This record gives sequence, C-alpha cells and structure tokens, in this order.
Amino acid sequence: MVKLRINGVNRQFDGDPDMPLLWYVRDNLEMTGTKYGCGMGLCGACTVLVDGKATRSCVTPMKAAAGKKITTIEGLHPKGEHPVQTAWRECAVAQCGYCQSGQIMQAASLLSEKPKPTDKDIDDAMQGNICRCGTYQRIRKAIHVAAGQVKA
Amino acid sequence: MSILNKVIRSVVQVMPDQAPDELIASNRYLGRSINRLNGPDKVTGKATFTADYPVANLAHAALAYSTIAKGRITSIDTKAAEALPGVILVLTHENAPEMKVPKEFGDGSSNDAGTTQAKILNTDHVSWNGQPIALVVAETPEQAEAAAARIHATYEKEDCVTSFEAAIGDAKQPKAIMGEDPEVTRGDVEQALSQSAARIDLTFTTPPHNHNAIEPHACIAQWDGKDDLTLYDTSQFTAGVATTIAQVFGLKADHVRVVAPYVGGGFGGKGGAWPYIQLCALAARETGRPVRLAMTREGVFRIVGGRTPSQQRVAISADDAGKFLGFVHEGVTAQSTHNHFPEQFSFPPRHLYSMEAYRIGQKVTDLSRVANTFMRAPGESIGTFAVESGIDALAYELKMCPVALRMRNEPDADPVSGSPFSSRHMRKAYEMGVERFGWKSRPAEPRSQRDGDWWIGQGVATGTYPVYRMVTAARVRISADGTAVAQTSCQEMGMGTETVQTQHLAERLGLPMSKVRFEYGDSTLPYAGVAGGSSQTVSVALAVQEAGAKVLKELLALAQKDERSPLREANFEDVVAKDEGIFWRVSGGGESYAAILSRAGKDFVEADHKTGAPMELLKYSMHSYAAQFCEVRVHALSGEVRVQRWVGSFDTGRILNPKMAVSQFRGGIIMGIGMALTEETMFDDRTGRIMNPSLAEYHVPVQADIPDIEVVYTNEPDPHTPLGAHGIGEIGITGVAAAVANAVYHATGKRVTSLPITLDKLM
Repeated sequence: MVKLRINGVNRQFDGDPDMPLLWYVRDNLEMTGTKYGCGMGLCGACTVLVDGKATRSCVTPMKAAAGKKITTIEGLHPKGEHPVQTAWRECAVAQCGYCQSGQIMQAASLLSEKPKPTDKDIDDAMQGNICRCGTYQRIRKAIHVAAGQVKA
Repeated sequence: MSILNKVIRSVVQVMPDQAPDELIASNRYLGRSINRLNGPDKVTGKATFTADYPVANLAHAALAYSTIAKGRITSIDTKAAEALPGVILVLTHENAPEMKVPKEFGDGSSNDAGTTQAKILNTDHVSWNGQPIALVVAETPEQAEAAAARIHATYEKEDCVTSFEAAIGDAKQPKAIMGEDPEVTRGDVEQALSQSAARIDLTFTTPPHNHNAIEPHACIAQWDGKDDLTLYDTSQFTAGVATTIAQVFGLKADHVRVVAPYVGGGFGGKGGAWPYIQLCALAARETGRPVRLAMTREGVFRIVGGRTPSQQRVAISADDAGKFLGFVHEGVTAQSTHNHFPEQFSFPPRHLYSMEAYRIGQKVTDLSRVANTFMRAPGESIGTFAVESGIDALAYELKMCPVALRMRNEPDADPVSGSPFSSRHMRKAYEMGVERFGWKSRPAEPRSQRDGDWWIGQGVATGTYPVYRMVTAARVRISADGTAVAQTSCQEMGMGTETVQTQHLAERLGLPMSKVRFEYGDSTLPYAGVAGGSSQTVSVALAVQEAGAKVLKELLALAQKDERSPLREANFEDVVAKDEGIFWRVSGGGESYAAILSRAGKDFVEADHKTGAPMELLKYSMHSYAAQFCEVRVHALSGEVRVQRWVGSFDTGRILNPKMAVSQFRGGIIMGIGMALTEETMFDDRTGRIMNPSLAEYHVPVQADIPDIEVVYTNEPDPHTPLGAHGIGEIGITGVAAAVANAVYHATGKRVTSLPITLDKLM
C-alpha cells in the first residue's frame, strides 16, 4: 500500500509499487494534464512537483512517491492563475501545448528556489524540458515576467 | 512534366487573374497579435490530446517489432506473452485477420494517406527492421508492453541493401518529383563551368532526421457494430486517415470518423496513416473493446519514418562580376523498397537565381528500411543547405560579399519556367536583415575574429519554400442570434490555425471575434487536406471565403424578397459584410444578419463550398523567401559550436497574426539549428536498424542551445493569394543549416559539407 497526497487530496494505491507515478496520475486518477513524452526522464513532459521540487513522474515509481506531496498541473493553482501560468498566457508561450505542463511545473520549481533567476539560471533549470515547437525564447521571457523582473 | 500539364499551363497563362482578396489590407482583426484562443487550456492541463480521452472499458495495445531488415519469419513464440496477467489477445501473421494494403500518400491531391506498400501482420515477410510483427492487447499499458517484450521470433534473412552510401550507385531518376520534371537543363552547362572567372564544385551530405514531436503517436479506436469506427488519432490529416483506414477494413469512408482537436506537434510525422492506426483499430475490432495504442518513443522511431538522407553536388561558376554562368545541383535521396517519396531537394535553385546554363535534377534509390516521409520543409530544408553553402563558397572565391553575390543574381522572372513571380521581395528582406543584424560591420576575412578560446563568425543564407494551395471544402453558417461558425476537417498542431481562422471569419463577415467560432479536427466536417506544405492557412481561408459568400448571397436574397428591408434593391456587388450584417457599400444603409433571419423566420442560413484547383500556381511562380543571418562561436580547442545571435528576415506575403507567425518562424529556425549541429538518425548500415531511437541519443535543441532570435518580415501582401498571405510553417527552417555552416566557415576557415556539424568535423 502506497499512501501519498496529490493536489491536496490523500490517496492510497494498492497496485504494483514499481508502476511509474505518471501512469497513476494519468490512468488511475484521470488527471491527463501531465504528459508522456519518452518514458525515460529525457524530455520533461511528465514533470510534476514532489514536495515542491520538479520531478520526472515517468521514472518515479509509486513506492518512491510514498508519503510525499505531489502537485500536478491541475493542482498548481485552483483557478489556473499561478504567476507562471498567468505569465505563460500573457506571453503566448504555448504552441502545440503538449510539453507545456511540464515546462510550467519546472518553471514553478525554479522560481520557488530562485525567485529572481538570471537567463543562465533559466537555461540551466529548463534545459531538460524539450519543446519541439521551439517556444524557448518565450519561456525565458515568461519566467522573468512571472518573477516580476520584466513586463509581458 | 506531362503534355497535359504543359497544355494546361499554356492555357492558364492567358486566363484573367482573380481580383485580389478584398481583405488584403483589412485590419480589424487580421494582421493583429491576438493571443492563441486555446492558450488558457494549454497552461492548465485541460487541452485534451489523443491519449487523454477518457473512454470506458478501455483496453491497451502494444507492438513487437522485427529485428531484421528483410527476410521471413520462421517461427514466432507468443506463449510467454499470452501467459502474462491481463493479456487479452496476441495477434501475429499466424492469426491476424486480413487487412487490405491502403493506397499510398499521393501528391496532396487525394485523400490517400498510406505510408507503406508492405503488408502489416498479414505476412511472414519482413520489409524493414522495426516492422510490427505482433500486436498485444491487455488490460493495462504496462501489461501490454511487458507481454510485447516477451514475444520471440526467429527469421530466415534475405540479402538486401540497407546502406545509403552503398545504394547511391543504383539510384534512378523517377518519372516526376511532386509533378515536376526530375531534371531540368538549359544550355551547355559543362562548358559554362569550365570557362569562367571562378567556380566551386562541392559534394554535400545530409543524414536522416526524425520529427520527434513531443507527443508520440497514439490512437484510440472504438467500433460501433462492424461498420462504424471512431478513431481519436494524433493526426495531421483527419480526412486522409479516415479514407485510408476505410480502405484497410473495406468500410465506406464516411463510416470512419477521425477526431483530432489537439495535436502535440507534427512537423510532417503525423501526415500519413502509419501502421499503428490500423493495428489499434484491428485490436479494438477483435477484442470487442475500445483500445488505446499509445506508441513508445522507440516505437515511433521503428514504424514512423523520417527525412531521407541525401548526397548533393553543387557546382557553380561565375564571371568577374559574380553573374552565375553554369549551375549544377544534382544528387540522390533514399526511399524504401516499400514506399515512394523522392524528396524534392532540387527545387530551390529552380526558382532562386538567374543562371546562364544549368542542370538541376535528382535521383532516388531504394533501401530496405522504414519508409521515409516528409519532414518540415521537405526538399527545401536539405536542398538549401547544399545550394546556399555552395554560393557562400563561391563568394569567397570571388572575394565578394555573399549578400551582394545573391543580389547580383536576383531574377526578374522564374529562372526555369519563365513565369512571373506572384510576389517576390527578396531584396527588401535582405535589406531588412542586413540592417537588423549589422551585417555591414562584419569583417570579410574568415578566421579573423577571436574572443578568448572562441572563434567568432557570421554567416548568411537564403531560404525559400513554395506556396501551395489544396482543394478544400468548408461550411459556413450564420444564425439568427447573430453568431457564425465555419467548419472544415483541417488540423491544429500548434500553428495557430484556430485563432487565425477565427480572426478571418470575424473579419470576413463583419462580426466580432466573440460571435464567431471555427470548428476543425474532425474528419466528418467538410474536407480539408493534410496540414502540410504550408498550405493550410490559405487553403482554408479561400474555402471559408467562398462558402461565406454563398451564405451572404442567400441572406441578401432573403432581404431582397422583403419589402421592409433596406437591402431589397441591392445587388450582391453593391453590398459589404460589416457591423454584424449586410450594408450598402456606398450609402451605408443596411441591416443585421439577425434582423434578416428573424423576419424571414429562419434559424440560420448555411452553405458548403469546395474550392477549385490552384490554377494560379500554374500561371505564377509563387514562393516565400527568407534571409537568415547567424553568428556562431566555435571553441578553438574542442570544436564546440554555439549559435549566439540570429536574425531571420522573411518575405511571406501578409502576416495575419504577428505573435503566432513569429513563433512559427522561430520554431523553424530552432529545428534548423538542430539540423545544423546535432540531429541525426543513425542507422546501422549492416542491419538497417536505427541505433539511437531515443531523445538521449537523438539530440534536439534545448533551452540552453537557443539564443534570442530576432524576426523581421516584409509584410508585403501577395495579390494572388487569399488574404494576401503565404503559409509560414516551413519557410523558417530553410536556409538555416547553410547559415550556420557559412558562419562556421567564417569563424574557422573550415567548410563543413556534411551535417550535422559535430565537434569532430572541426577538430
């Protein structure tokens, strides 16, 4: 039995403790904002917060999530108005949108650690989150906007 | 070119032009930076992509893949797979019901979207390394994947050719390349090459690439009885997938519905009906359950093809003043033994430069590998790498500025067909780019700028991509509540289709954006072609324009019959759609759509329309252009290349939404930087197997690789296209790899002729 807290709700999981957290979130809880992109922690589309830190849910087995607080894109803010989400909308970051949940969770994690990041901080923190549409420039700007460093 | 084509082309020359679109300069919504309508759903996780659909009683499928390139399956052991918990069904060539081989993807003028002529599961013959040999259905995705991994086959191998280099000598000239002649020639090009002030003769190679959209291909299949099938699919071509899957299962085309409102990137990789779709539908039919087949990243590499490799020769000679005398661009691409797609790399020089004598053509060779397919700017992306690198090399031979050399050879009409250009502002694009980049302060000498351990260089290249328009149908409805909707089966993979077409519909009908809706991504809507060839925006716009005109005519007819209407005396030519209704052009009187419909006692008026063939493409030479400027630094010790500055200057007709257009340009440039520096699908030449089927070993650009990219554009409307616009999804990548290679030469003095430009090539 794995006990964990997801988006403020206590959950119990009786299945295979080696199953990746990503499948639990997507298939068991039907919270599909978190995406599968590679299954190997290489692209960042599955990023969630585990105790506040950006984590690749596709390579996080359920047993490793036991006792942790998990936040997915659905739980980042009740109205979708986390500063990162607001900045993302204002800067029109998303293109296809598939990687964006992961990008936003990674950016939220960065800002909780470094509230005023430099360009290099952003490049270092975000380089594991691939966007094939190429939204990188607006990601960089939106993070600065969310940090209150520039206007959208 | 066929005789019929030649006859049509000559007839079209004397046909009158359509009047330019009356919205060509209209700017209530068009031309404005309106935010993406589905942007909010994409930052909250609410956008529903294919694999996200909640379907009750869903079973899950997974595939096993061949491990040889060609031969026969002599045995296949499924017992271990079948014994695993949760496994419902295992299908192999020994027990799979018969499926028909669908028609292959054509030239964009048909609904056919087959990707291979190889039978899938219905044969013991293997045609490529990675071909599906078994289909597993289980209760969970993990059970399905685990079972697929336990399927073991033995083979009897047959001789085959899996190495591109080994197959180049066997290349043949296809009958046509996208309907164009495979080779065009004029004059004595060998003599022109031999008698000149300067010449270059270089051979370039480009490797295979894979699209690597971050959303892997996925499908959910749900049958309703034996004759009706619904597919949620990651598709760039809903109508094509519906037609193709109907062929596979012997269904009527309108009994297959394909739904794809959100697609997580395509770049060409989701244009065909790749085999996973029919296998998902088969799994659902045979189990009597809805089935999801969500491909793994590796699985996508195994069964969804990518860009062809190429070998290209570029030989150019010029006189003292830089005028091109002889021009050769020729070479070879690969397709597979089981598909037909000779990628059109030789198209760019046919339309870019004045040339005294030329030979421009291409051949293709067949490999026992996964089928190739189109990938962002097929042809032009790899073709411009060779041609624009060659022109750069010639500029150094001539000691001329590479921008000046290109401008010296700017043609007045299409260099091969002689047709007039519909819209060409290459000089303006270059002037804008030169200014913005600060090109004039660049030192002419290569290997002349150094900052610590880094060599610095600046390069430039031309990009180009054709204007295509596809026959497209749309339905427009105006309702008595004063709202309107336009429908077509086209796709949205993040380009901004929904937003731009909503802008368009509002502008076209004189309604606010809040009162119009654009519906798409469903094959049961009026037919739209593949979202490819940068054709969708103008193709859909024309269909919506013409369907909208039909609706307006019907509304006017209602008003004409009504004595109380201020429009009763009006002819269609006298009126204009504005202020939520129809009004006299001159006097300004008129009435709202709501007033016309409510008095007539009608809830709505709607009309369908299918556009005619793109005859304008036969009369005019229609293309988009780019001037790509790049600054790199190259580490003197390690050979590492970093792109540190970019200006892309584009001439692509009128820009309909700058905010989204700039995203398309930047996205193309970034994919081009990947092509230039890191991207390569590596085949084992002995086995035809892809060796790097993951994002760990196939390197796409990441945040830290990409500097801020400046984009400028001429914004000159094309008088011969709907809205004065060109498609812009592909132009961004063209010329990029050459601009990087040219900047690397300027930094280091080394001309790299094979992509990607990895460290070893600069040591």
